[in-house]
Amino acid sequence: MKIVVLVKEVPDTYGDRKLNLQTGLADRAASDTVLDEIGERALEVALSYADANAGTEVVVLSMSPESAAATVRKGLAMGASSAVQVVDDALAGADLGLTAEVLAAAVQRIGYDLVIAGNESTDGSGGVVPAMIAELLDVPNATSLNSVEIADGEVRGERASDHGTMQVTAALPAVISITERLPDARFPNFKGIMAAKKKPFETLSLADLGVDAETTEASRSIMISLAEKPPRTAGTKIVDEGDAGERLAEYLVQNRLA
Amino acid sequence: MTDFQADSILVLLDLTPSGELTKSAAGLLGAAAGVGTPVALIVGAAGAGEQAAADAAALGATHVLVAEGAEAGAQVTVPGADALAAAAELVRPDAILVPNSIEGREVAGRYAARSRSGLAVDAVAVSRDAEGVVAHHSVYGGAYNVDSAVTWGAPVITVREGAVDARAEAQPVSTEQLAVEASGRRAAAIGRVDEAVVTSSRPELRGAAKVVSGGRGLGSEAQFALVEQLADVLGAAVGASRAAVDAGYVPQSYQVGQTGVSVSPQLYIALGISGAIQHRAGMQTAKTIVAINKDGDAPIFEIADFGIVGDLFTVVPQLIAALEARKA
Ligand SMILES: Cc1cc2nc3c(=O)[nH]c(=O)nc-3n(C[C@H](O)[C@H](O)[C@H](O)COP(=O)(O)OP(=O)(O)OC[C@H]3O[C@@H](n4cnc5c(N)ncnc54)[C@H](O)[C@@H]3O)c2cc1C
Ligand SMILES: Nc1ncnc2c1ncn2[C@@H]1O[C@H](COP(=O)(O)O)[C@@H](O)[C@H]1O
Repeated sequence: MKIVVLVKEVPDTYGDRKLNLQTGLADRAASDTVLDEIGERALEVALSYADANAGTEVVVLSMSPESAAATVRKGLAMGASSAVQVVDDALAGADLGLTAEVLAAAVQRIGYDLVIAGNESTDGSGGVVPAMIAELLDVPNATSLNSVEIADGEVRGERASDHGTMQVTAALPAVISITERLPDARFPNFKGIMAAKKKPFETLSLADLGVDAETTEASRSIMISLAEKPPRTAGTKIVDEGDAGERLAEYLVQNRLA
Repeated sequence: MTDFQADSILVLLDLTPSGELTKSAAGLLGAAAGVGTPVALIVGAAGAGEQAAADAAALGATHVLVAEGAEAGAQVTVPGADALAAAAELVRPDAILVPNSIEGREVAGRYAARSRSGLAVDAVAVSRDAEGVVAHHSVYGGAYNVDSAVTWGAPVITVREGAVDARAEAQPVSTEQLAVEASGRRAAAIGRVDEAVVTSSRPELRGAAKVVSGGRGLGSEAQFALVEQLADVLGAAVGASRAAVDAGYVPQSYQVGQTGVSVSPQLYIALGISGAIQHRAGMQTAKTIVAINKDGDAPIFEIADFGIVGDLFTVVPQLIAALEARKA
C-alpha cells in the first residue's frame, strides 16, 4: 500500500498573519510558519495504518516555496518514508486550479493507492483542493471524513456533511480528506529526527511534472485588489462588583441588542 | 428550448436530505440578481425538484433547471459536477455561484478542474465591473478584504453561507428538466445518512443576527446549558469554541472559528472563551462583541466592545434575570 499525504506549510495561526499589500501574497517573513495542523492529522492517519500494516509506504507531498523544506522534513521525522516537494518560482501566488493540477501531476508521478489530505487548510481555507485532485486523477473523493477505515481495497468512513453525517465507501485508488475529528498527530522523537536526515527527499520543478503554469488554456483566478481592515479596538471593560449582569443587560437594551 | 439572457448567472442550490432548499438559497439568488439574471440548478433524487423549484422561483430564480436522478443521493460529488457541467453548457452563464457548503464547494471544485474554469472560494459578496463578475472575500479572519476575478470565461464562485443579505424579487415559476449525461467519473458511494436533529426554535448559527458562544470555561456539558438559556432569552443562535467541542459539550457543527463556522452577527457574546486567534478568526467581524471571562488578561478583551471580568456562573444568571424582568 502506498499512501501519499498532502501537507502544506502555513503561517502560524497563533500569531498575526499578514498579507503583503504590494504583492498580495502571504508575507512569510511576518509570521512563523508551521506544518498545517490538519496535514499533521492526515499524516497521523497514514502512519497509524502503516504501524499496523507492514509494507506500507507513506510519502509526504507538498507544493511550497523552497524555504518550506524544513517544515516538510518534519513529516519525515514523524515517520513518513519519503518526501516530495514541488518548488518553482512560477508557482508564487498559484490559484486553486494550478495548485490542484500540480499536486495531481505529482501524485501521479509518485504512484499511489490512497491520497490523504486535510479537509481545509488553515490559510487558504478553500476546502476544494482534494476534490479537484480527485477529478483530475479520475478517482473517487471520499472527503471530510470524521473516521477512516482502510481495508480490502477500499476506504470507508463517516463523512461530515452539511446536514449531519453519512457513511461513504470508495474503491482504491482514492482521494480522501479528513476533519479535525481525527486524532492529534504524534510528536517527532529524537530517533525520528535523526532518521529523517537519511530519508529520500525529492525536489521537483514544474518542468519535471510537465505542468505549464502560464498556459492560457485554463482560466485562472487572480487577485485584483487587496485592503487591510483597521484592527478592532477594545471598548469598555469592567470588573464584576456584583452588578455586572445588570449593567450588561442595560448595555444590551440601550444598544437595541436585547 | 429556453433562450437564456446574455447576463445569466447560474446558481447551484443545495437541498437538505429531505429535499428542501437550504437556507443559503435566498442569499445566493440575491447575490446573483445583483449581477445578472439568476438561473437556478437543483440536483436531487427523482421527484425531488418540483417543490424546490417553486421555492427557488419565489426567491428570485427566473428559470429553474432540475436534474433528477437516482445517483444524486447515492454518490459523492460526481452527480452534482455532472449536472453543473450540463447546465453550464446549456445556459452559458457569465458566472456560476455555488454555496460554500461541504458538498457545494466540492462540486464547484470538480467542475472547475474539469472545465479548467477559474475558481474563487468563500466569497462574501459579488459585483460586476467592465470585465465581468468579481468576487469579494474577507480573509485571515476578516483582517483583509480581497477582490478576485478570473483571466477569462465565467468564474466559478462559492459564496459563504449567510454572508449575503441582498434578496431577489420573486419570479413566476419556470421549470425545465435538465438532461445530464453521466461523466462516468469514479465516485465514492453514499451509505447510511444520519440527518442532524435541528432545534427549530433556535436560529441557525450561520447568518444569525445574534450568537451566544461558550468555551472551556463552561466546565461541563451540563453547565453548557447556561449558554443555551441566555441564547434563548436573546433569541440568539448557540456557538462554541473548539475546546468546548473537543470536550464534548456540544457537537462540532457549533464550532465558531477558523476551522468552524464564520459568523458576522450584530451581537456576539463570548462566555468562558479566551479568544485565541483561531476563534477570533471566525467572529471578529461581529458588529458588537461582548465577553465574560474571569481572566482579565484573556485576549478576547482586546476586541470586546463590552468586557466583563468576572465569573460567568454569577454574571450570566443575573443577566438572564435582568433581561427577563424587563420583558415581563
Ligand atoms: C489549526 C487550528 C485551528 C483551530 N480552529 C479553531 C476554531 O475554529 N475555533 C476555536 O474556537 N478554536 C480553534 N482552535 C483552538 C484555539 O487555538 C483555542 O485552543 C481554543 O479556541 C480555546 O477555546 P476556549 O477559549 O474555550 O478555551 P481556553 O483557551 O481554555 O479558555 C477558557 C477560558 O474560560 C475562562 N473561564 C474559565 N472559567 C470561567 C468562569 N467560571 N467564568 C468566566 N470565565 C471562565 C478562562 O479564563 C479562559 O480564558 C484552533 C487551533 C488550531 C491549531
Ligand atoms: N500547496 C499544497 N501542498 C500540499 N497539499 C496541499 C496544498 N494545498 C492544499 N493541499 C491539501 O489540500 C487540503 C485542503 O486544502 P484547501 O483546499 O486549500 O483548503 C490541505 O489540507 C492539504 O492536504
